[in-house]
Amino acid sequence: MSHYLFILVGAVLVNNVVLVKILGLCPFMGVSKKLETAYGMGAATTFVLTVATGSSYIIDHFLLIPFGLEYLRTLSFIVTIAAIVQLTEMVIAKTSPTLQQTLGIYLPLITTNCAVLGVPLINVASGYNFVESLLFGAGSAVGFSGVLILFAAIRERIEGADVPRYFRGSAIAMVTAGLMALAFMGFAGLDKYQ
Amino acid sequence: MLAKLFKFYGGVKPPSNKTLSNQQPIRPAPLPSRLVVPLHQSIGGTPRPLVQAGDPVLKGQKIGEADGWISAAVHAPTSGTVVEVAMHVRPHVSGLESLCVVIEPDGKDEWIAHGPADRAAMSPADICQFLQEHGIVGLGGAGFPTHGKLKATPGVPMAELIINAAECEPYITCDDLLMRERADDIVRGTAVFRDMLQPTRVIIGIEDNKPEAIAAMQKAVEAQGEAFAVVPVPTLYPAGGAKQLIRVLTGKEVPGAMRSTADMGVQVFNVGTAYAAWRAIGHGEPLISRIVTLTGNVRSAGNVEALIGTPMDELLKLAEPNPDTDGIIMGGPMMGFLVPNEHAPIVKTSNCLIAHSERLFPPKAPEMPCIRCGACARACPHELQPFELYWHARAKDFGKTQQYHIFDCIECGCCSFVCPSRIPLVQYFRFAKSEIWAREKEKKAADEAKQRFEFKQFREEREKAEKAEKLAKAAAAQAAKKAAEAAAASDAPATEQPAEAAADPAEAAKKAAIAAAMARAKAQREAAQPKNTDELTPEQAKAMAEIEARRQQAGIVPEPADALPATTEAKPE
Amino acid sequence: MDILLAIAIMALGAVVLGAALGFASIKFKVEGDPLVEKIDAILPQTQCGQCGYPGCKPYAEAIAKGEADINLCPPGGMEGVQRLADLLGREVKPLEAEEKPKQVAIIDENTCIGCTLCIQACPVDAIVGAAKQMHTIIAQQCTGCELCLPPCPVECIHMEVIPETLENWKWKYPVVAIQPVATRPSAEEAA
Repeated sequence: MSHYLFILVGAVLVNNVVLVKILGLCPFMGVSKKLETAYGMGAATTFVLTVATGSSYIIDHFLLIPFGLEYLRTLSFIVTIAAIVQLTEMVIAKTSPTLQQTLGIYLPLITTNCAVLGVPLINVASGYNFVESLLFGAGSAVGFSGVLILFAAIRERIEGADVPRYFRGSAIAMVTAGLMALAFMGFAGLDKYQ
Repeated sequence: MLAKLFKFYGGVKPPSNKTLSNQQPIRPAPLPSRLVVPLHQSIGGTPRPLVQAGDPVLKGQKIGEADGWISAAVHAPTSGTVVEVAMHVRPHVSGLESLCVVIEPDGKDEWIAHGPADRAAMSPADICQFLQEHGIVGLGGAGFPTHGKLKATPGVPMAELIINAAECEPYITCDDLLMRERADDIVRGTAVFRDMLQPTRVIIGIEDNKPEAIAAMQKAVEAQGEAFAVVPVPTLYPAGGAKQLIRVLTGKEVPGAMRSTADMGVQVFNVGTAYAAWRAIGHGEPLISRIVTLTGNVRSAGNVEALIGTPMDELLKLAEPNPDTDGIIMGGPMMGFLVPNEHAPIVKTSNCLIAHSERLFPPKAPEMPCIRCGACARACPHELQPFELYWHARAKDFGKTQQYHIFDCIECGCCSFVCPSRIPLVQYFRFAKSEIWAREKEKKAADEAKQRFEFKQFREEREKAEKAEKLAKAAAAQAAKKAAEAAAASDAPATEQPAEAAADPAEAAKKAAIAAAMARAKAQREAAQPKNTDELTPEQAKAMAEIEARRQQAGIVPEPADALPATTEAKPE
Repeated sequence: MDILLAIAIMALGAVVLGAALGFASIKFKVEGDPLVEKIDAILPQTQCGQCGYPGCKPYAEAIAKGEADINLCPPGGMEGVQRLADLLGREVKPLEAEEKPKQVAIIDENTCIGCTLCIQACPVDAIVGAAKQMHTIIAQQCTGCELCLPPCPVECIHMEVIPETLENWKWKYPVVAIQPVATRPSAEEAA
């Protein structure tokens, strides 16, 4: 059981997708100006990342590996994820307008998010089984969302701060992200107890 | 009488400086050279002027008619001549002008005929009207017309009537002196409010730093045999805020969003309002003067009874300001403001004029960044988080300020007072509030414009359709005429006619379709057009018939209804 | 052989996914675009056409379709651009035209000949009058769009900036002016 916990904590904190693996930086910078949008983006990514990890595991194990086509992973993962995201968006748009309002505009953005491709690739490379894959995907997604929300909250504060003019906007955001990454390095110490 | 008192959160204790001005009795102010009476003196609509330049006026004569329910009349403070009705500077932070009646006193100070109200013969609504006519508004600061507060919310029993005599702002002593000298009239005015509202309890709350006033009020209450409780409340700024006083005296907490405390069965009036109400009810005197504290950097501070409209600089001279006076603060040091123009007149809500000097009010050291120490949150009597509000107001993130309940802020100034970084917090909150209001107004205007635009488009479409229809009708008439002519021409061989009709069945069908469409459209129009002639009394019907008959005689035949344009808009020629 | 298998598998995947997407796009088709409404709510509804579209709604539709830029609305000002950018996740751009203070149209009643041309031009029916009678503008309803200026044959309409009155006066953003300490506003004003 603790094995699963380690995967989860590892994915959320120690190997945080954004701040440690440096994946998915475009939404991290782009959709973190307001806390509300960060919530929406976080929820959408969590959903997509979990589904993407699961489905790519299935593709990998039942299609690519039996036929010895591992070299087609990247390509087939991209296609699968894009299709799933599109499908989800259509279903949500039809069935739940409220969910569409919160997640809708972020779903297409996620399709081309490198974290969403990166996590399944890391996942198959780590050789996890299906349950572990789902946990790893969900953990990474939670890590992503958490960091995104923290960052958005900080940026909202920065809006009111006396930032020197040449540091305003993206510059101070980058500095902030760097400091956050440094802080997350601290979680690497958790490794000792694994 | 002992009563259990409660506490409100926060609050500050600024040096009160009240002994400066409460040592002398109230002095009457001499007639000024000229009175500038702003018409807009209370919350609500601007009263309409009733006089024009050159008119002679008597003391107490109505010069401004209340505009709507939430508004109160304005009266001439003395007899004289109206010099002009024009824009003059108002005692307002903006220094902007508003419509004022300027009166040159004739020195006779001659009253217009007036007398007490016959309360026995008056219904509560009549008394409300009487107070409105006599220009009685809240003298505590906001200037809400008093008659608007003299009605219990339906379904909520009125539990407490509170007379607010806390006077918590430093320097101000006008209510203190009023209670010491005119307690009897205050108690009588309170009795009027009591009769109107029928509360279970009447409480007069006075801060315990005014023992003479408390004693005077207790004596007056006893002398008149009233069951009012005179309750000393602990001195703590802002105990005189309506919601704070309610909390202290009754333990009730008024929700921030609640607009009227009457919804909780509590109503609060300022002590000066009770006095003014009695002067109106008992003597027929409208609100034309008030007690004003003159204090600050002056040699003889004290309270004067000043006429509304007296220029501030002229009034302050009575207190002999020191030569280094460089401005006038209207209101107290916590909530008042430096008037931009010292010629601005005294209005009904001007309770205090403080001569400003750098010696008395040294300039603040420069503002420093917020260190989030939380002192402001501990001082805020409304339990808000001023440091958060400040942060978002500063970033102009107004949605967030509303999330932090900026509209619960009463602008008491406690947060600015305690701020170790000397941030003018209240200024930021006022900025955010007025910005939010302006935006709401803009949004409303935009919605209205959109609606009007959409209606115009709809109307244009409809007019187009109507025009097309009319054309079709004319064409049909033309065709019918032609057909008739043709029929007349071929009248001789009558047998051919059915053959001709049969020869052109297509056209006949078309005509029938057009006629049917016209009938449908007409029916639709009639259904859509409201008629004011549908529900008539027999008399009205008779009168209409007569008018119609006259019209017929005169040869004016009313236009048929469908020839009228559907809207009132003018048609191009 | 391997390459053929790979192509076959990828083609199969493409067909399956494509079919699924195609089916979904028919099955889950949604009517209307809530985005247009949202954009329209941000626009100032002056209906002035300065953006090049006949009214605010058409402009909103054009923005939603991606045909129009977000910086074409002068009455909305930079603030409007900012809010559109926030909504649509686009970059903030400076306004195409100059930002003007809020204005209201005034008809010179001595020159008006009562031609009703301005009445027809007004998008919000804020002008009243009849043929050969003097016209006047309901200032409250006027959006300051200037659409009535060009049709007037005698040029009797002009725009006036709405003056600051006690009704529309706003508290200013507290600015700490750098001044010699001696003439700074006092502590009381700040409180």
